[in-house]
Amino acid sequence: MNWKRSLIALLAAAPLLALFAFGFTRNPAEIPSPLPGRPAPPFTLAVLTAGEGAHARTPGDTIRLSELAGKVVVVNFWASWCLPCRTEHNALSEAARHYSDKRTQFIGVLYNDSPSAGIRWIGELGGMSYPAVTDVESRTAIDYGLYGVPETFIIDPAGRVAHKHLGPITGDVLRRVIDSVLVSSGTPDSIAPGAG
Amino acid sequence: MTRRIAFLGMLAGAALVAGDSGAQTTPAPPAPNQPSSATDSALEVRTSAVAATLRCPVCQGESIQDSPSELAQQMRAVVRERLRAGESPEEIKAYFASRYGEWILLEPKMTGLNIVLYVLPVVLVVGGLILVVALVRKWTRPV
Amino acid sequence: MTGTIAHSALLVSVGVLALGVILTPVAIRSGRREWLQLVYGAAYTNFLLVTIATVAMVYALVTHDFSVSYVAAVGSRATPLLFTVISLWGALEGSILFWAWVLAMYAAVVVWLHGRKPGNLVPYATMTMLAVAAFFAFLLVGPADPFRPVFPVPADGPGPNTLLQNHILMAVHPPLLYLGYVGMTVPFAFAIGAIVSNEATSNDWTLLSRRWMLASWSFLTAAIIAGMWWSYEVLGWGGYWAWDPVENASFLPWLTATAYLHSVMVQERRNMLRLWTLNLCVATFVLTILGTFLTRSGILSSVHAFTTGTIGYYFLALIALVLTVTLVLVAGHSDRIRTPGKLGGAASRETVFLLNNLFLTAVMLTVLVGTLYPLIAEAIRGVKVSVGEPFFNRMTIPAMVALIFLMGVGPSLPWGSTTWADARKRLAPPLAGALIMAAIAIAVGTRSIYALLAFTFVGYAAVGNLREYWIGMRARRRAHGESWPTALTRLVRGNRRRYGGYVAHIGILLVAIGVTASSAFRTEREATLLPGETLTVSGKTVRLKGVWGREEPQRSVIGATLDILDRDGRVTGTLEPRMNFYHVSDQPVPTPDVKSSIRGDVYVNLMAFEANGANATIKLIVEPLVPWIWFGGLVIVIGSIIGMFHSGRRAVPVRKPPAAAPLAAPDAEPEQEAVEALT
Repeated sequence: MNWKRSLIALLAAAPLLALFAFGFTRNPAEIPSPLPGRPAPPFTLAVLTAGEGAHARTPGDTIRLSELAGKVVVVNFWASWCLPCRTEHNALSEAARHYSDKRTQFIGVLYNDSPSAGIRWIGELGGMSYPAVTDVESRTAIDYGLYGVPETFIIDPAGRVAHKHLGPITGDVLRRVIDSVLVSSGTPDSIAPGAG
Repeated sequence: MTRRIAFLGMLAGAALVAGDSGAQTTPAPPAPNQPSSATDSALEVRTSAVAATLRCPVCQGESIQDSPSELAQQMRAVVRERLRAGESPEEIKAYFASRYGEWILLEPKMTGLNIVLYVLPVVLVVGGLILVVALVRKWTRPV
Repeated sequence: MTGTIAHSALLVSVGVLALGVILTPVAIRSGRREWLQLVYGAAYTNFLLVTIATVAMVYALVTHDFSVSYVAAVGSRATPLLFTVISLWGALEGSILFWAWVLAMYAAVVVWLHGRKPGNLVPYATMTMLAVAAFFAFLLVGPADPFRPVFPVPADGPGPNTLLQNHILMAVHPPLLYLGYVGMTVPFAFAIGAIVSNEATSNDWTLLSRRWMLASWSFLTAAIIAGMWWSYEVLGWGGYWAWDPVENASFLPWLTATAYLHSVMVQERRNMLRLWTLNLCVATFVLTILGTFLTRSGILSSVHAFTTGTIGYYFLALIALVLTVTLVLVAGHSDRIRTPGKLGGAASRETVFLLNNLFLTAVMLTVLVGTLYPLIAEAIRGVKVSVGEPFFNRMTIPAMVALIFLMGVGPSLPWGSTTWADARKRLAPPLAGALIMAAIAIAVGTRSIYALLAFTFVGYAAVGNLREYWIGMRARRRAHGESWPTALTRLVRGNRRRYGGYVAHIGILLVAIGVTASSAFRTEREATLLPGETLTVSGKTVRLKGVWGREEPQRSVIGATLDILDRDGRVTGTLEPRMNFYHVSDQPVPTPDVKSSIRGDVYVNLMAFEANGANATIKLIVEPLVPWIWFGGLVIVIGSIIGMFHSGRRAVPVRKPPAAAPLAAPDAEPEQEAVEALT
C-alpha cells in the first residue's frame, strides 16, 4: 500500500473539491452588470402616461437622457405581466413623490408589453407618480443590458450609472442610493432647480 | 516504422490544425426562394452567424439565434442593423459585452485565463499523440 | 398511511444496508464466511424495501394522495395518468427514490448472478454497492424525504414541471438514463472489490466488469439518444444537443466507458494497460456521481437542473468520499496493479486502441474543463463567463472526426502486429468508400472542412467494418461451404464480441451521418402567415390552414394546422405545432411538429399568433437526415446486445505475430484473422 502515492492523488483532487465548495457560495443566476461607473447609454423615449407633479410629462412627448443632465435619474424597467413589478410599484411611486422637489427624475420604461396593457396596469395599481415611457423594440432595454424585469438603474447628475438593482427594489434601497448620489455630487437640497 | 506512426499522427494533427480556421458552425446555405435581393439573404446568414455566438439573457443557455423569446428576436434585429451599418462581428460582440458583461458571449474571449481553456484541448491531443508514439516505441522495442 | 409505510420501509433499509456494509469485512476477517449470506440477504431485503417505497409513491401519485409531500409538490388532478406516473422521476426527491430503486435492483441482480462465486471479490463488490445505496437511503429518510406528511392536506397540486408533460419520451429517457448511470456502479464495485480483495491482477473481475459496463453503456447510449430526441421534439429550436452542463454530465461517463470497452480488450489480450483500464472504470463511476452532483447542487445553471436546496451539500460530501476512497485505494495499490507493457508491433489493433483512448480522453477532459470553466473563471478572475455551443463544437469536433477515422482502421488491423506492407494492404480497400462518400458530399454542396472529413471518414469506416463481415463470411463459405445467411449467423455466434462491436460501430456511423448532415445543411425561415399563405424553405412548402384552440384539464392549447405541399402543390401531409398554456404557469410551452422521412425532417414551430386567430408566425426548419440519428442509436444498442451475450470464453491471447509465418497468396493474410473467427 503506497501511501505516498495515495496522498499525492488526494492532493490533486483537493482543488476540484475546493472548486465545488466555492460553487455553493455563488449564484449562477446573478450576473453583475458592467454598467455601474460608466456613462449611462443615451435614450429617447416616448411618454405613455404623464405622472404627477415635478416629474410629469405630456403623453406623446419624448424624454431624452441628455435633457436630464444635472439630475439624478431613476430608470425602472417594468411590465404588466411581471409579478414582482407589483411589489415594487408603491415603493417607487412613494420615492418619486419624496424626491420630487430634489433634482431627480423617475422614469418607468415599459418592456415587451402593449401600451394598453401598461396603462391598464397603472390604473389598477392606483396610478404611477412618474411618467411611463415606451421602448420600441426594446432598444433601450438592450442598451442597458437588461436580463429581465424588474430592473432599476440610478444615474448620477454627471450622467454615469451609479447603481443597478436586479429584481424588485425597495424604498430603503432607493433612498439610500439616491441620497448618497445627491451628497457625492454636491447637489444642495434646498436650492431651487436652475440655480448652481 | 516511425514514419508510419508519424503519418497517422500527422493525419490527426492536420485535422486539428485545419480546424482552428474552419471549426465554426457553418451557417446554412441560403434557402432557394428567399425574397428578392441576394444581399438580404447574405445578411441573414451573417446575422445568424453572429447571433449564434450571443447568449439569450432570458433563456437557459440558448443563443439568440435559437431562442424564440421576444428579447432574443429583438437582439437579433440589433445585430442585423449593426451588420448592415458596416460593423464587424467583433465590434458587435464587444458592444453586447459592454452592456451585458462577458457572460453574454457563448465563446469566451481569448484573453487572460481564458487562453488556458483554448490551449488545453490542443495540448491534450498533441501531448497525447506524443505520449502514444513514445509508448508504442517503448513497448515494441525488441527485448 | 402510504407515506408512513414507505418511510418506515426506507428507515429499515438504512439499517439493513449499514449491517451489510459492516458485516462484510467482519465476516471475511473472522473467517465466518456464512455471515456473507446475511450480506447477500441484505441486498435482497433492500431491494424489497425500496420496491415497497417506490410502489407506495406511485400509488400515492396515482391516487392523488396530497398528504405526501412529493405528491403535493408535483401531483395534480388535471395531469393525464401517464404523466402522473412518470412524475415519479420528474423532480428531485422522486428522482433520488428512483435512483435508489434502480441501484437496489442492480445490487440484488449482481448477488443473484454471482453470489455463489468463491473468493472475496463478490462480497467486497456487494459491500461497495450497499455502501452507495446506504447514502441514497440516508438521503431518502432525511434531507430528501419525499414522504413527509403534509398538513393540512391540500385539495390539489401544481402538477409536474410543464416542460415534462409534453412528450412520451419523458417516459423513456429518464429510466434508460438511470439504468445506464446507476449501472456504472457495478463495474466500479467490482473494481474496488478486486483491489480490496487483492484480485486486481486476475482476469476474473475484468470479465465480470466488462459485461456489466457494456450493459450500462448501452443503456446510457440509448438514454442520450432518447434525450436528444426529446429535446428535438419538445424544445422547439430544432436542435438536439446544446452542450448544456447536464447534457455534458451524461456525455462524460459515456466517453470514459467507451474508452474502457476498448482498452479492456488490450488488457485481456496482452495483459497490459491494466492500471489505465482500472482508472477508466473507476473514473466512469466518479463522473456519474459528478453528474448527479451538478444536476442537484445548483452551482451551474442549466435547463435540466432540479430545484436546489441543501441537498447539494450532501452530494458534495458523497463526491468527496468517493474520490477519497477510490484515489487512496487505486493510487495506493498502483504498484501491484501495474503490468509491464509489450506490444508485438506498431501496426496493430492495440496501437489503434491507444489512439482511440487518447482522443476519447482528450474530448472528455475538454468537455469537463469547459463545463466547469464558468466556475473556475469566477473563482480566479471574479468574472462570470459563458462556455457554450460554439466553444464545445470548435474544440471537440476535430477529435471526434479523428475517432470516426479510427473506427475504420481498428477493425482492419490485426491483433498482435503485422508488417507495414500488410497493414497498407488491409487499410486500402475501404478507401474506395471514403472516395465515394467524399464525392457525394462535395456533390451535394458540403463546404465545411469538418463536415467533408466527417463524411469521408464515415465512408471509410463503414466499408472497413462491413468488409470484416464479408471477409469472415467468405472464409466460412470456403471452409465449410455454407450459404451466406448460415455463414453470417455462425460467424457472429463464433465471436459475438467482435461482430457485435462492428454493428455498434455502424450505429455510431449512422449517428455521425445524421449529425453532420443536419448541422451542415439545416435551413430555416420564419414568417407570419395568413390562412392560405405559404412558406417555402429548401424546396419544402407549408401552407397555413388555420389557427385553432382547445381546452384541456391542465392547459389551454392553441395550434396551427399546416398542409405540407409537394412541388406540384398537392398535399402530402399535415403539421400541427402548438402552444400550450398551462394554468399553473405564465410561460407557454411550445410543442413543435415534425414530419420525418429517411431523407430528413420538416420541422415547424409556432412562434406567435394573433389573438383572434387571423394569422400565425411560424418557423420552418428543414433538417436533412435527422432520423438517421435515432435509427443509429437503435443499431448501437443492437450491436451491444449481440456483444453482451457471448459464451464467456476468455479472449485468445495473441500468439506469435503472423509476420513470422510464411506469407502465401496475398489473400491469405486477412484470412488468418478469419480463421481465428472460425475457432
